Amino acid sequence: MKKLEAIIRHFKLEDVKNGLSEAGIQGMTVSEVRGFGRQKGHKETYRGAEYTVDFLPKVKIEVVVADDLVEKVVEIITNSARTGQIGDGKIFITALADVIRIRTGETGADAI
Amino acid sequence: MNRIAALVVCTVLSCLSPSLLDAGIEETVSPQSADVAVPLPQIDAAHTTWMLVSSALVLMMTAPGLALFYGGLVRKKNILGVMMQCIFLMGVMSVVWALWGFSLAFGTDVLGGFVGGNDYFLMDGLLMQLYEGEPAAPVWGETGVPAMIFMVFQGMFFIITPALICGAYAERMKFSSMVLFSVLWGTVVYCPLAHWVWSDNGWLFTGKYEAYDFAGGTVVHISSGVSALLCAILLGPRIGFGSEPMPPHNLTYTCIGTALLWVGWFGFNAGSAVGANSAAANAFVATHLAAAAGVVAWAGMEWLTRGKPSVLGACSGAVAGLVCITPACGVVNPLSGILLGLSAGVFCFYACTTLKSKFGYDDSLDAFGVHGMGGALGALLTGVFASSSVGGAGVSGLMDGNVDQFLNQVISVVAATVWALVGSLVLLKVVDAMLGLRVSEDQEIQGLDLSQHGEEGYIFL
Repeated sequence: MKKLEAIIRHFKLEDVKNGLSEAGIQGMTVSEVRGFGRQKGHKETYRGAEYTVDFLPKVKIEVVVADDLVEKVVEIITNSARTGQIGDGKIFITALADVIRIRTGETGADAI
Repeated sequence: MNRIAALVVCTVLSCLSPSLLDAGIEETVSPQSADVAVPLPQIDAAHTTWMLVSSALVLMMTAPGLALFYGGLVRKKNILGVMMQCIFLMGVMSVVWALWGFSLAFGTDVLGGFVGGNDYFLMDGLLMQLYEGEPAAPVWGETGVPAMIFMVFQGMFFIITPALICGAYAERMKFSSMVLFSVLWGTVVYCPLAHWVWSDNGWLFTGKYEAYDFAGGTVVHISSGVSALLCAILLGPRIGFGSEPMPPHNLTYTCIGTALLWVGWFGFNAGSAVGANSAAANAFVATHLAAAAGVVAWAGMEWLTRGKPSVLGACSGAVAGLVCITPACGVVNPLSGILLGLSAGVFCFYACTTLKSKFGYDDSLDAFGVHGMGGALGALLTGVFASSSVGGAGVSGLMDGNVDQFLNQVISVVAATVWALVGSLVLLKVVDAMLGLRVSEDQEIQGLDLSQHGEEGYIFL
């Protein structure tokens, strides 16, 4: 099992979700996050006080999948989240020790 | 069923209303014809209605108006701190006003006209009483409005004035000190100033130094603005001011607050006519147009100098325009109101950006930049555009060649400024010695919501 954490643009969330749902992915966790990479921040001005905002808002999607699905899921996310501009985001993949479904106590692939 | 019920209600009302009308006429006529020793007070229904509405509108300016306006501008750990300052002042200042404040401001002269006497202590003479067995409310002077409504209308000004100062010491003043300072400030600074400017024989209201201040340019805005500047300087800047980002945490609140202030200001200014009359109509229209022009001017300045008109700029411009027209709206026409609004938008824009950054004081929410500077500009421009067609015979300004009136406006600005500065300086020193002015460094970093009130504005769950 692998956990994929994808940082994407806000307005791409719907496309990514639809793509994953169509591929049979049954669940995901989404959160609003802030951070920076190569994309530059911007300036905000309030009554003459200027602030540089480095931490840009992004959406983080967490998906857990069986090993054989990883390649497909990565393809779906990259295709549906890509604009070609700097700031499209990244996907981090980590190995997952176990998954437990709280209601039934099922573990491993059955619990995904 | 509903239609039948409505029909019944309508019928009952139409039967009742002529009889109510008759009763009303009888009541107002009878004291004269019956020749009683104590006539029933002559209450004017139209004036009284407008003053009831105006009083409620002015209260709305402090909360939710100012509470949201200021609340949106602070960081989110301090939103309840700001809202509590507004809502608690609505409580404590109202009680102070009813018990002794109104009397000090509007009582008959004592100490050579320095302040009002104790005529109305504990609302003496304002409350309902029996007139030949009939309970009725005494009327304030010749206004036709119940005296207690005049009292409560003026009380709403007494609430919002110290609440305006909150903008200068936001995010760092100890709550207990804020309460003590506001009560003392209201009693010692506001009441005498209101007496000079608004009581029947106040030295700035009539006579040699008569200055025009229709709704509180000096009493409310200059006094709170310069006191705010002093607070900002004496308390010192917030931790991290100038080095850490401190952007407004929710400008949508500020926007809603601005709109509520704008609407409430109709009560503030047009209500100051103390009647539903021509003066109220003029004040209403002039007030509205000054706010409108303020929006255009401030946002326009940003557009020209920085390339983008900001929401906060538009909101600030509206308030600046409203502040500026406040002293003037009883003596200038609405066309001059537009000029006042435009001037305030440009002037306060520079006061809040260039002036503040040049001197480096942390007037956190620009109470001085908008209310102090805007109030002073308004008082002076009142002396420029005052016109007899609005203010009545004998009223004129610099435009008509009346230099004396302009000088009187200058004197009123200087008097209000000096009085508020001296009074605030003494009171801040007293409160500092008794309680200390600022929260501790840990408490400031934690935020006022938790450290002063044990609550959070935004809770996860």
